[in-house]
Amino acid sequence: MDKIQQDLLATVADIHGVPEGAYNIRSNGGLGGRNTTANIDIVTKEDKPGIDIIIKPGTKNESVHIPVIISESGLTDMVYNDFFIGEDADVTIVAGCGIHNCGDQKSQHDGIHTFYVGKNARVKYIEKHYGENDPDAVGENVMNPTTVVEIEEGGYMEMETTQIKGIDNTVRDTKAILKGEGAKLVVRDKLMTHGKQHADAIFDVEMNGLDSTCDLISRAVAKDDSTQTFKANIIGNAKCASHTECDAIIMDNAKISASPEIVANDLDAALIHEAAIGRIAGEQLIKLMTLGLTEAEAEQEIIAGFLK
Amino acid sequence: MLELKNVSLSVKDENDKDKEILKNVSLKIEDEKFIAITGPNGGGKSTMAKLIVGIYQPTEGQIFWDGQDITNMSVTDRAKAGISFAFQQPVRFKGIKVKDLISLAAGKDTTIAQACAYLSEVGLCARDYIEREVDGSLSGGELKRIEIAQLIARNTKLSVLDEPEAGIDLWSFSNLIKVFEKMREDRARSIIIISHQERILDIADEIVVLKDGEIVAYDKKDAILPELLRGTESCKFYQ
Repeated sequence: MDKIQQDLLATVADIHGVPEGAYNIRSNGGLGGRNTTANIDIVTKEDKPGIDIIIKPGTKNESVHIPVIISESGLTDMVYNDFFIGEDADVTIVAGCGIHNCGDQKSQHDGIHTFYVGKNARVKYIEKHYGENDPDAVGENVMNPTTVVEIEEGGYMEMETTQIKGIDNTVRDTKAILKGEGAKLVVRDKLMTHGKQHADAIFDVEMNGLDSTCDLISRAVAKDDSTQTFKANIIGNAKCASHTECDAIIMDNAKISASPEIVANDLDAALIHEAAIGRIAGEQLIKLMTLGLTEAEAEQEIIAGFLK
Repeated sequence: MLELKNVSLSVKDENDKDKEILKNVSLKIEDEKFIAITGPNGGGKSTMAKLIVGIYQPTEGQIFWDGQDITNMSVTDRAKAGISFAFQQPVRFKGIKVKDLISLAAGKDTTIAQACAYLSEVGLCARDYIEREVDGSLSGGELKRIEIAQLIARNTKLSVLDEPEAGIDLWSFSNLIKVFEKMREDRARSIIIISHQERILDIADEIVVLKDGEIVAYDKKDAILPELLRGTESCKFYQ
């Protein structure tokens, strides 16, 4: 693995050297390394590109890293990764994707991740998307992540998804079904676009389990001439509770559109949505300037905090 | 020394007519003094504080700080030149933590122990606050104390505080008086406090009374406070 690939791995999956625990590194469309453990198996799919990650019931405090890195220009990569998380397991899954585009052709990675979260299982899922180009390279970096989540009774899934830099075009599609009683989904999504980038974020959550809960917070910053759309559709089909928050900062000539939708199909469904889009408040800039920061430094500090 | 020389500030009212908020104000504040600015609401006190720190620009007149004309200097440059400001209504942020603001105020990455010391001075248990976000989850009183902790962390030659007592409960207020007394004893810096509170006015060296955009009195505390305490009805400064 060369220096560029190592740097991408460190950026998207916090991997330095050989990772601990189970891992599968996908590099330029091929296998860059794999390790399984007694409790976590990783099997290559035979009918289509991708892997099955099978986590045994009761597995505790283990992690799986499945980063994807692309350092060839003009590569289009598509994978289907399925995660089977056994009952009572408690695991962390890290799935970053990094593109380093050295040419003028489009590099694209589309990934469909499907999670089957078993009864009373807990999953923390961390996904970072990042792109970079060589100084003179103009090739477009595209990533289209689709995440499908099914949560059984008492299951819990926490998603920490981030796209901060370098992705020219993306459709980030998340579909979740909270099937069992007490199933819980927590999403913390962070998105920043710059230049002429475009991002679509879509969340569809169906809450079927009694007392299921969903807490979705999206924070977005759009700079320069970039554009974003945010669509959330939360459907409560049982006694359930959800809180969705879409909070966005626009700068320069950027544009953001947010369409929140909440649907209650049960008298005891309690659904809340908050949405706010606006520029950085002038008083926040002035406050930080009274501490000696320049306007540009104050702006950086506010955005860094907002997306932390 | 801070000097305001014939400073005026006008704004357009709803009928597009000029309205003078400050009228030809001249004031010299010597180093190492504790000055209270008081007077009726709408008299121009907060405007004056914001002119000193650079948030507003005067329409006429000049402001000097240590002999340098800072009239056209930015908020940032004035902050770097040693002027600090505590807002009447502290600004809230999303994602910025108490520790971040204290570190920015101190001008370096603050250790937990240092941040703890600043917060303890304003009566906050640092461990409970250091990782909290400076947002709506903090009460008005907590935000005010964090605002003042930043002034202590900055430790600049001049601190300007806009109504530090506003929104603070009685218990916190007694503690804040102690903080101001300590700042006053310190003597290494000048303090300008805008306040209506007798207990704050009582620890000032000098009091400025501002009414209808004009200074109607500026003298030693002992010359002004008794008159103010006779009640606003009979007080000549409020008539």
